[in-house]
Amino acid sequence: MMTQDWLQVASTSGFPLLTLLTLLPTAFAVMALLIPGDQPWAHKALGLCGSVAVLVVALATFGVVDTSLVGLQRVDDFSWISALNARWTLGIDGLSLPYVLLTAGLTPLVFIGAWSAIEVRWKEFTIAMLVLETGMLGSLLATDLLAFYVFWEVMLVPMYLIIGIWGGKDRIYATVKFFIYTMFGSLLMLVAILYLYHKGGGTFALHDLVAVTAKLSDKEQAWLFGAFALAFLIKVPVFPFHTWLPDAHTEAPTPGSVILAGVMLKLGTYGLLRFAVPLFPSAMGRFSWVLVTLAVIGIVFGAMMAYVQTDVKRLVAYSSVSHLGFVVLGITIFNEEALQGAILQGVNHGISTGALFILVGYLYERRHTREISEFGGIAKRMPVYAAFFVFVTMSSIALPLTNGFVGEFLIFAGAFKEGIQSKILFNATGMSWRMVVLIGTGIATLGIVLGAVYMLSMVRRVFFGEITKPENLRLHDLTLRERLIVGILCVFMVWIGVKPAGWLKLSETTVHAMVAPIRPQILQVRAPADYDREMKAALRAAHPMAAVTP
Amino acid sequence: MEGNPAVLLPLIVLLPLIGGIINGFFGKRLPKQLVYAIANGSVLSSFFLAVLSFLSLRTATLTNPEAAFRYEAFSWIVAGNYSFDMAFLLDPLSAVMILVVTGVGFLVHLYSTAYMNSDDGVGRYFSYLNLFIFSMLMLVLGKNLAMLFIGWEGVGACSYLLIGFWFKDMDKAIAGQKAFVVNRIGDIGFVVAIFLLLAHGNGSVDYDNLRSLYSDKTHMLANSTEITLICLLLFVGAAGKSAQIPLYVWLPDAMAGPTPVSALIHAATMVTAGVYMVARLNFIFALSPAAMTVVMVVGAVTALVAASIGLVQNDIKKVLAYSTVSQLGFMFIAVGAGAFAAGVFHLFTHAFFKACLFLGAGAVIHALHHEQDIRKMGGLRKKLPIIHLTFLVSCIAIAGIPPLAGFFSKDAILTETLALKPATEALEKYYEAGFEERAVSAVAAATVAAGKPVTELDRAAVDKQAKVFKQDWKQFVEGLAMWRKLAFALGLCAAFMTAFYMFRLYFLTFAGQYRGDHHTFEHAHDAPPQMGVPLQILAVLSVCAGWLGMPFAHGAYNKFDHWLEPVLARGKHFLHGHMETSMEYALMGASTLVAAAGIFLAFSLYKQGPSPTTAGWASSARPVYNALLNKYWVDEAYEVFPVKTLRATSQFLFQLVDRFLVDGVMVRMPGMILLGLSNLGRLVQTGEVQTYLVGVAVGLAALTYYLI
Repeated sequence: MMTQDWLQVASTSGFPLLTLLTLLPTAFAVMALLIPGDQPWAHKALGLCGSVAVLVVALATFGVVDTSLVGLQRVDDFSWISALNARWTLGIDGLSLPYVLLTAGLTPLVFIGAWSAIEVRWKEFTIAMLVLETGMLGSLLATDLLAFYVFWEVMLVPMYLIIGIWGGKDRIYATVKFFIYTMFGSLLMLVAILYLYHKGGGTFALHDLVAVTAKLSDKEQAWLFGAFALAFLIKVPVFPFHTWLPDAHTEAPTPGSVILAGVMLKLGTYGLLRFAVPLFPSAMGRFSWVLVTLAVIGIVFGAMMAYVQTDVKRLVAYSSVSHLGFVVLGITIFNEEALQGAILQGVNHGISTGALFILVGYLYERRHTREISEFGGIAKRMPVYAAFFVFVTMSSIALPLTNGFVGEFLIFAGAFKEGIQSKILFNATGMSWRMVVLIGTGIATLGIVLGAVYMLSMVRRVFFGEITKPENLRLHDLTLRERLIVGILCVFMVWIGVKPAGWLKLSETTVHAMVAPIRPQILQVRAPADYDREMKAALRAAHPMAAVTP
Repeated sequence: MEGNPAVLLPLIVLLPLIGGIINGFFGKRLPKQLVYAIANGSVLSSFFLAVLSFLSLRTATLTNPEAAFRYEAFSWIVAGNYSFDMAFLLDPLSAVMILVVTGVGFLVHLYSTAYMNSDDGVGRYFSYLNLFIFSMLMLVLGKNLAMLFIGWEGVGACSYLLIGFWFKDMDKAIAGQKAFVVNRIGDIGFVVAIFLLLAHGNGSVDYDNLRSLYSDKTHMLANSTEITLICLLLFVGAAGKSAQIPLYVWLPDAMAGPTPVSALIHAATMVTAGVYMVARLNFIFALSPAAMTVVMVVGAVTALVAASIGLVQNDIKKVLAYSTVSQLGFMFIAVGAGAFAAGVFHLFTHAFFKACLFLGAGAVIHALHHEQDIRKMGGLRKKLPIIHLTFLVSCIAIAGIPPLAGFFSKDAILTETLALKPATEALEKYYEAGFEERAVSAVAAATVAAGKPVTELDRAAVDKQAKVFKQDWKQFVEGLAMWRKLAFALGLCAAFMTAFYMFRLYFLTFAGQYRGDHHTFEHAHDAPPQMGVPLQILAVLSVCAGWLGMPFAHGAYNKFDHWLEPVLARGKHFLHGHMETSMEYALMGASTLVAAAGIFLAFSLYKQGPSPTTAGWASSARPVYNALLNKYWVDEAYEVFPVKTLRATSQFLFQLVDRFLVDGVMVRMPGMILLGLSNLGRLVQTGEVQTYLVGVAVGLAALTYYLI
């Protein structure tokens, strides 16, 4: 087996930068604790300052990370719970870097957006959001499984509160559903983690456990992979584990929706990539067809569901199911093109869907309804808003030169490459991987059309035609603050769309280094003949002389 | 010229983009005149630069016929083995295209300053129009398929925005959405073809790379299922953008947009992108005679069907829209038949006369206060002399009367359809030489498959196999040749109809007596200079543009053909059947006669306005007339499937799968059951110590029993 260089420590840091990054939001949350709750402006300022400070540290981290290095960088490794040999291990690489930037970048915007979206209990809100940010950053940076699990759960409580306190009419139902559903998945994962801990001779370190899992029986691998994957698939969410999402989104206040769609869902796909696949590559190979099937159903089904929603926010929520189906498809394919596309598509979805939720929030703040039928013709009253909305729609339906296109294009390109270059041979489960990929991806292309159908129908019914409701005659266009928030996101949509090379470079080295050892193990199970062929090609490339001698 | 002319290419593309951005952000606050100046100025500068780069390319080709200018801006997407550059390529084909796009584009901009002057959204309008020019230039100047696709989707988005420009009218917004969605259906084909090309190739869809790849690999992929599939998928994309059966339905509805938009986007430039794409990838299409034949036949059927619908339409723009669909069909006959240069030539001449027709129609509509029904027109010849003359000239041009432009291009298409053979010379040679070789490998494969060792080949079996292959190939090619005669016949019928419906339109609009509201007639005014000048320039081009392709007879010198030869060389390699010069002249005469007959028929029926004779025909053949008038009910059929079907299926799945099965049975039922169980459990919690003690005792007893 090839070594998992990409999980090795590439550089340690004298100054605990990543620890600072992770704990800084909580530090600000503690400060908020000390300020009385009857001063909302103070909390508004504190939340913004705190999240901007985190952004600055994140940018500094970006500055010191060398994206051409293989392995985890700026690693902080301290003893944490010594009795369990659980360690505080934080490290960053090309897999987590884009999402760390996304998290740190979105949070200040969410705080500014919340100035009008959140009206009560600002103190509690600020604390919840900041603790949530610690949870997200920690989940992205931790490579010790127990630490990861703790951060993963830390995310859950603030989001539970955000939906439950500041949410809409059915917020309690939605938030309990969200909590129990996610908890169910993560408890299974905890069991799996403890099993691994036991098998691995008492370590939670991902790098050590990767060596341990290779020795497990197929059955053990399958069960453990199932536990991990389920936790992550619920979070993504992948069909059929998605029904908590529309409820949570519809009831959540705008800041909650933005963070939920923008970052938290992506932690599901990140978890698959960071933990589930590297730990259990052959199980991944065996269940690839399941994941492809679920992803493709998610893409088409999510889009069809979005088409019949009457609530704009529910529509966007279902569109997330569809979009994240693409990401899961890319991860399952697991070649460099599709992986790079999937990682970037995660970021894109965070930006574009985040922007859509913010925009829907603006409308909700004005009219206190999100029913499509309540609107119509409002482009006349709110031209700037309409322009932003149409632009973000174009990004969401993957128009070239916007961010959405680059990710989707690469995922499809990678998937078709996998299908075409795979030969028709049956794997251990009697399934032709070539057929699974080609048929699945072929069906998934319907998502290209369906995306345009549901988004443009919604835009048309909300913005075009004559104004029929008198309430809409009084709508006022976006304020400067509102324009600024969406404007910033739009700049990123264009930036990633026009010059994606720099963004793709963030994860290029890591992806290359992780594909090298993991892909063969996946292939060995799901397409043995391809494995032989690719191995030989790799050997030939590495040792030109080896080709001569049989 | 000093320096490298390639640096002009990004400038040509960027100027309209900058204009579009300025007008998009500030158009509302800028004075109208400044908006016009920015929009027109940017496109005019692009046009001058385009002319400049065209001239330098012409100079360069004098010394090196293969000369082309390449400009690599930056690498766009890089991942794994795949990479796509932002790069521009100016070769003879893209040079022709940018001249048309910026030239006609500028004229339409100029025309729009008068046409849209009373609209308060001019900033937005010119911003979209500039962005369209930008996208179209990306499409034709791109150096690889990814760039082409950027432009491809970009023009689609601009088209969506411009069709729905007057968005307060819901029908217009719906038309815009329909255009976008139908185009997207085609785009699936296009992108999947790109992915297949990538997967079969070496990770790049650069034209230079593809060209060398598919010239080298002729022997591997030639006439294979893979290449046919790729070509057909590409054609699905082309059919979407260029409004071919079955994806043409969006184009007639697209007439909801402002008329200058129809002239530029839905006649002269965007809709020809599909033809451009097929011509651009001629070296790939040439490898699949089967796919080429499909392209040709679909083009021919579209040409005929659309022309037949055009016969009875009463909306001036609808007639022109179906005429466009039909003319695009002609272009696809050409590229499908291997006459790539003739197809591009028709694209070129069509851009002028159809833009002239649309702008003329727009001027009429403008003059008559938004009247579009030709039954309420008539007698406008004297009233609108400039519009009348230019409209007449372009009608003659499209009808195909020599020596106007349409005659040369249309005749070239019809002639070559008959003259060319379905397979290229290279393919033919490969098959001639390769039967033996392929038979050997087929027999070997069969031996292996049968589990026998391949020690010595069975000579007899190989010979037999080779004979079978030879026979199959002969039959295949002969079968394809049949389709060419059909395409020719359909094309000729469509040409007759074209002449007829165009002159029906002309006579109903301009001849006879005015049949509308007289107040409107009194106030009707001829085109102001901003509209008149573009019309006159386009009319002159409709007369002269065809001369570039003259004389067109085979073996003779044809400037247009010759200019495109470096790009469309593979097209040239289509086998020429034996055709006498006299035959060519006969065909010329036939096509002229057909056109003249169509015009004469229209003249005799409509010279005094609506004809009682045709009204009689319509009532005696009511079903036929209704079918034509209702466009064969295709829109209604699509309304049922897929539009309504999709909504109903989605709704059904939402209720059954999403709400009931997944959310109800899978997610909430376990919760409910748990809740029920815990309620049961609550019954046990009585709070009485005695009950608990009984429980403990029973438990202990059971445990003891189990352990023993």
